[in-house]
Amino acid sequence: MNLSLHSSPHLQSGNQVNRMMLAVIYALIPGVLAYMHFFGPGVIINITLAVVTALAAEALMLRLRKRPIKPFLMDGSAVVTGILLGVALPSLTPWWLPVLGAGFALIIAKHLYGGLGYNPFNPAMVGYAMLLIAFPREMTLWLTPEVHDITLLDTLRYTFLEQLPAGQNLDALTAATPLDAIKTALSQNLTLTEIHNSSTELFGMFSGHGWEWINLLFMLGGLVLIYMRVISWHIPLAMLATLFLVSGLFHLNDPDAFTSPLFHLFGGATMLGAFFIATDPVTAATTNRGRIIYGIGIGLLLYIIRTWGGYPDAVAFAVLLMNMAVPTIDYYTRPPVFGEGQS
Amino acid sequence: MKRRLWHFHGGLRLPGHKAESMQEPVHSASIPPRLIVPLQQHIGEPAEPEVEVGQRVLKGQRLAHATEYVSVPVHAPTSGTVRAIEEHPIPHPSGLQAPCIVIDSDGEDAWTELTPRPDYAGLEPSALRNVIREAGIVGLGGAGFPAFIKLNAGPGNVVDTLILNGAECEPYITCDAILMQEQPRRIIDGLLIMRHAVQARHCIIALEDNKPRAYESLREALSDEEKTFIELVQVPTIYPTGGEKQLIKVLTGKEVPSHGLPLDIHVVCHNVGTAAAVADAIHRGQPLISRYVTVTGEAIGQPSNLDVLIGTPFSALLEQCGWRDDQDHELIMGGPLMGFNVASPDVPVIKTTNCILSWPSSAEQHTPMPCIRCGECARVCPAQLLPQQLYWYARAKNFDRVQDFNLFDCIECGCCAYVCPSHIPLVQYYRFAKTEIWAQEREKRKADLARERHEFRQERLERKKREDEERKQRKKEMLKKSQGDKSESDDNKKATIEAAKARARARRAESSKADTPADDATAPNNDKEES
Repeated sequence: MNLSLHSSPHLQSGNQVNRMMLAVIYALIPGVLAYMHFFGPGVIINITLAVVTALAAEALMLRLRKRPIKPFLMDGSAVVTGILLGVALPSLTPWWLPVLGAGFALIIAKHLYGGLGYNPFNPAMVGYAMLLIAFPREMTLWLTPEVHDITLLDTLRYTFLEQLPAGQNLDALTAATPLDAIKTALSQNLTLTEIHNSSTELFGMFSGHGWEWINLLFMLGGLVLIYMRVISWHIPLAMLATLFLVSGLFHLNDPDAFTSPLFHLFGGATMLGAFFIATDPVTAATTNRGRIIYGIGIGLLLYIIRTWGGYPDAVAFAVLLMNMAVPTIDYYTRPPVFGEGQS
Repeated sequence: MKRRLWHFHGGLRLPGHKAESMQEPVHSASIPPRLIVPLQQHIGEPAEPEVEVGQRVLKGQRLAHATEYVSVPVHAPTSGTVRAIEEHPIPHPSGLQAPCIVIDSDGEDAWTELTPRPDYAGLEPSALRNVIREAGIVGLGGAGFPAFIKLNAGPGNVVDTLILNGAECEPYITCDAILMQEQPRRIIDGLLIMRHAVQARHCIIALEDNKPRAYESLREALSDEEKTFIELVQVPTIYPTGGEKQLIKVLTGKEVPSHGLPLDIHVVCHNVGTAAAVADAIHRGQPLISRYVTVTGEAIGQPSNLDVLIGTPFSALLEQCGWRDDQDHELIMGGPLMGFNVASPDVPVIKTTNCILSWPSSAEQHTPMPCIRCGECARVCPAQLLPQQLYWYARAKNFDRVQDFNLFDCIECGCCAYVCPSHIPLVQYYRFAKTEIWAQEREKRKADLARERHEFRQERLERKKREDEERKQRKKEMLKKSQGDKSESDDNKKATIEAAKARARARRAESSKADTPADDATAPNNDKEES
C-alpha cells in the first residue's frame, strides 16, 4: 500500500480547457450553416483547410519546442483558431489562402509567443489581418448571396486549381459586401436611401442580405455560451452596446450619411467578433471592469474603422488594437480585495 | 425576526458528502496502547515538558506548560507512563517530525484531581481566560489559535457580536454538525462563558442550512431566556462560508479589514467545538484532551464520528472504521479543499484534527495545462483576488508584484484551483510565494541585525580612539602648565609641588579607571560574535 501526496485542494471540478473549446465549436455551428446557405459550400472547405493546417502547425511547433504533443493538440484551441479563420474568409478562395493564414496564426502569432496562454494577440485575427493586408484582392471577392449556382465540385475545383466552370467568370459571380458597397457609394456622395434602393438583393431587411441571418445565428450561439458560462457577458454586451450607441448617434444626426445601428450590429462580422473573437480569454481583459472597457474599446474602434478607415469590416483590427491595451487595462481595473471594498 | 443575510463574493456550491458519516451517533474511540502528544498543536510557541521519562501521569494532568504568550499547555489524554520525549512524525503539511511526549496507557483511564468552577460568573474575565488557557484550549475549527487570546478584547474595546461558527463548509467533515446535533447544551454553556469573558452584547450561533437536525437540536436546547439574546441563524451552504471572514460578512454585512482582525469591527468568532471545550474546562475542570473526529471517505468502510483522545494514532481510528488498506490511498487530515496529505498513518490526532479523509488515490492525475486567463478563478475567489495574476507573478518569482496583488489576503480555500480548467495547482504557488517572502524577510531581519551590530562596533572603536586622543591632549596641557609653575616663588614652590603631586595622583587614578574596559563592557558579546 502506498500513500500518495499532493497539495490541496484534493477535489477538482470537471471543468477542462478542451470542454470549453468544444462548447465554442458547437456554438459556431448554426452561424456556419447559415453562412453555407448564403455563400455556398466553400466555407466548409476553408474551415477544413484551416483546421488541418492549424493542427499540423501546432504539432510541428510543439515538436520543435519539445513540448508534449498530445495534450496540447487535444485542448482544442488550434481547432478553434482554424475554424474562426475559416469562417472569416470569403467562401470562394484558393487553397493557399486559409493554409497560409492558419499557418501564420499558429506559428507566428501563437507559438513564437510561447503557445497556448502566452500569445498577446488573437491568433485567428493575426492570420486574418495578415491575409487582408497581403492579399486584398482574394480577401474581398465575396460570392453574391444566394444567386450563384456554384456546386461543391465547382468550389473544390476553384479552390485547388483556380478553375471556374465554363462560361462563368469571377466578376460575374462575386459582389462587394454590403459594408464595402456602402463605403464605396458613400464616397461617391450618394445618400443611403439611394444606395439601399439601388440593390435590394445586396441589402436585406435591415442589414445585408444573408448577413442578417448569419449574425443572428452567431448571436444565438454566443448567448448559449454565456448561458453555459463558457464566456462572460461583459465583453459582448459592452462591445455591441457601444457600437449601437455610437452608430445610433451618428445615424440620428444624419441618416443619409451614416448607416443605421441595426446595419452595424447585424452586418459583417459583428456578432462573430462580439461573441467568439473578442471573448478569446487568452487575449482579452480578465477582470469584469476590464472586460467592459475592452468591449467598449472594440465597439468604438469597430465603428471608427468601418466609417472612416480603410477597411469595410474592421473586427480583426479593432480586436488586435485592443489586445495591445489589455495589460494596461488589467493593471488599472484590479477589483478591491475583501476587506478593502468597505470603508 | 429574521436576520438579514449578506453575500460574499465568489464561493462554490459543492457536493456535501455529509450523510455518510452522520448515520451513527458519536461513539468513543478505544484507548490506544500508546499515545503521542505533540508539544505544539496550535499556532504559536511549543509547550515545554514538565514530566520525566518513566513518570506516571494521570488523565488530565499537565504534561507541558506554555512559555510564551501565544502558547498553551498540553495534558495527558489518559493515565499511564511517560515512555519517551522524542521527535515523532506529526500531522503537518511539511511532513517533518516534531517533539512529542509518548505515553504508554495503563488502561485505567484514571483522572487527576479536577477543579470545576460552576460559579464562573463571579470570576474576572482575565481569570476566566487564564482557566481557559490552562485547559489548553485552541480553536478547534482547524487553525488552532489559542482560544484565550481571542477572548481578550483588550482595554477599551467593545465586543458587539460574539459568533459561534457552526458553518462546517468543507465536504465530508461532520464533527461540528454532529456535536451541535448531539451536545447542544455544551455548546450553549460554552457560549455563555465566552460571552461573560468578552462581555459581548449579541450572540449568534451560525450554521449552514444543510444541517437541519443540528439546527432543531440547538433550537430546542436554548431556554426561553437565552433565546432573547442568542440568535440561531441558518446561512446558505456555499463554500467557504465557514471561513471566519466570510461568515462575519454573511451575518453582519461587514468586512474584516484586509490586514485586520474581527475585533477591529467589534466581532469575535469561535468555533462551536471550541465552545464545548470551554464549557468542559469551566463546568467540569477538564482540560482539552479529546475531540470529535470525522473519519470518512471512499476508502473507509464505516464512515463515522468518534470521540477521540488527543494523541491517538490515525491508524488506530482507521482500523476501527474499516479502512480498506489493500490499495493505494490518499490520506488527508482536514477536508478535501484545505486539508493536507499525511505521509504515514502513524501520525497522532492533535487538537486541530477535525477530519481524517481517505480515498483510493486516483490513477490519472490531470496534467496542468497553461493558464488561458479564463478568469474563472477570479469569479469564485472569496477574497476577491485575481488568482491568475498571483499565479503568474508567483511563478515568475516576482514577489513584490505578488504582494501588490494582495497575496497575503489569500485564505488558501482552494476555490480557484477547484474550478481551473487547466488544472493548475494554484494554491501550491501561493504557499510557495508566501514561504519565500517569509524566508526573505527573515534573511533581511538577520542582515539588518548584523549590520546594526557592525555599525555599533565601528562607532565604539571610533569613540575609544577619540577619547584616547583627548586624554593625550589633556596630559600635554597639564605638563605645559606645571612647567610654567616652576618660575613661581620658593614659598609657593612646596605647596605647588604638593598640589601637582596630588593632581598627578588624581590623574593617575582617573586614567587607570579609564583604561579599565568600562566602555568595552557595553558590548562584550559583539566582539566575540564577530571574531
